[in-house]
Amino acid sequence: MHILLRGRDISNIKQLDVYEAHGGFAGLRKALAMTPAEVIDVVKASGLRGRGGAGFPTGVKWSFIPQHEPIKYVTVNADESETGTFKDREIMEENPYQLIEGSLICAYAIQAKAVYIYLRGEFWDIGAQLDACIEALRAKRLIGADILGSGYDCEVYTHLGAGAYICGEESALLNSLEGYLGQPRVRPPFPAQKGGGLYKEATVVNNVETLANVPFIMSAGADAFKAIGTEQSAGNKVYCVSGHVKRPGNYELPMGATFRELLYEQAGGPLHDDRPFKAMLPSGGSGPIVPLTDEVLDTRMSYEDCANIGTIIGSASIIIMDESVDMTWVASKVTKFFKHESCGKCTPCREGTYWLDKVIDRILEGRGTADDIKRIADVAENMAGTTLCALGDFAANPIIHTIRHFPDDFARHVQA
Amino acid sequence: MAIIGNPKYAARIERHLAKYETKRSAVMPLLYIAQEEYGWVNSEGVGEVAQLLGLDPTQVKSIAGFYTMYSEKPKGRYWLQVCTDLPCALQGADDFHAWLKQELGVEEGGTTDDGLFTVEHVMCLAACDKAPMLQCNFHYVENLDQQQMRQLLAKWRSEANGRGE
Repeated sequence: MHILLRGRDISNIKQLDVYEAHGGFAGLRKALAMTPAEVIDVVKASGLRGRGGAGFPTGVKWSFIPQHEPIKYVTVNADESETGTFKDREIMEENPYQLIEGSLICAYAIQAKAVYIYLRGEFWDIGAQLDACIEALRAKRLIGADILGSGYDCEVYTHLGAGAYICGEESALLNSLEGYLGQPRVRPPFPAQKGGGLYKEATVVNNVETLANVPFIMSAGADAFKAIGTEQSAGNKVYCVSGHVKRPGNYELPMGATFRELLYEQAGGPLHDDRPFKAMLPSGGSGPIVPLTDEVLDTRMSYEDCANIGTIIGSASIIIMDESVDMTWVASKVTKFFKHESCGKCTPCREGTYWLDKVIDRILEGRGTADDIKRIADVAENMAGTTLCALGDFAANPIIHTIRHFPDDFARHVQA
Repeated sequence: MAIIGNPKYAARIERHLAKYETKRSAVMPLLYIAQEEYGWVNSEGVGEVAQLLGLDPTQVKSIAGFYTMYSEKPKGRYWLQVCTDLPCALQGADDFHAWLKQELGVEEGGTTDDGLFTVEHVMCLAACDKAPMLQCNFHYVENLDQQQMRQLLAKWRSEANGRGE
């Protein structure tokens, strides 16, 4: 059963009357009958963790908002730009009201005056659809003044980015929304603190998938959500599978299902029967690559289990490569992504991605030396941990981990 | 024409100015309107956005320059952005992109002589299970092959000719 990709079970759930006929806005109604603090307690008890990649406990994040501040905001991170990620898009295209309902529950819980949904610019058509949803909800007094007669007022707006991966980083997103360059801010103050959020007010920034879970948690209860998944990773997760499998696509499974279950039972196994799996990027371009061994295939997809195999589940953007793929080429592709998307603010990331790209190109063209392999590993290690946001670390990962796991793929391009 | 005082945009501009706490926040939506009017973000558009927001044109231009979806030079009527990022490349997107450029006789980022098509490769567009794919003027076109692409190009050509251009 889908909790998030409900468009697959119920046709036309993107229409308000259908969404409402299938329990839509029951979660919001329930929340409005509770105190904001009680709503936060339910989300805390559910064990929901952020689905954007970092996995931070959602209810705890909401509880950081200082209640005495008169102005607070919710910002929905719909910038979905990580290489290999396409889950938020399906949620918003096929089940948009569930995202809006979740956002409104969050807004009520922190008593926000408005919700801004920050969409990547390429989600132009999704933005138009969400605007239409917002108008339909305003007409039914589910958005605007005195929502459902509760006395609580909240507006919801969409905002389109314009092609910058970095705006998925929460402080860069806030700068972009304020009309400044989408570059990360120095923290503290954090977005949840006065001075650190949108327009310097305390702000919750949550991913689309995170908020889309909230209506279920409110209507079915924290225990029903916590019963799904593992001890530390509750609920379902949408896994985006791309690359060399027979059936790429989004799959919603409980957290704790194994990679084998996802890649064989759901995604149909290797694209070509005579080419076994070689490697997997479980969290898009930004997480550590792992060889796709039996041990990895039998690992549970959860925050805690993925740490045991030296990687992260992150946003679950699972890119699969078969044995035909040269890992030096993969490192080059991912490095070109980060070079293009580096915002230019921090020197290690701006210069590091530029030089990594140049040297890997040289290696791929057969003009590199064994020293070049050491050089890029050294540059990558010096980028990690030295930048304002995580992009510097992300950009180091494809180099450090491809060289660690697939040294032969690099060595065969160079002369000793 | 212009965007200031243009009845085509008045309501949209008003709506964007109303939805934020500061005027400056409306710079991105207004730049899209300028791009829609002029076909690219030219100095007239930058000047008008600056005037509407009470900003210096340099501040507006810096925003336009930072984001890739604002074009700082004229594009073809159909701006084709082909994803060649890792997941799409694993499904043949690099070859598709090279073929498309050859089919249209353009270099990377170039525009066909008739002004109809601009081809660029771009980073991940959140359509990794539907490669090869592209966005045409920011709308998704997915699960492509050469034959389908030829049909689409023919369709767009006749669309453009139908408008007498």
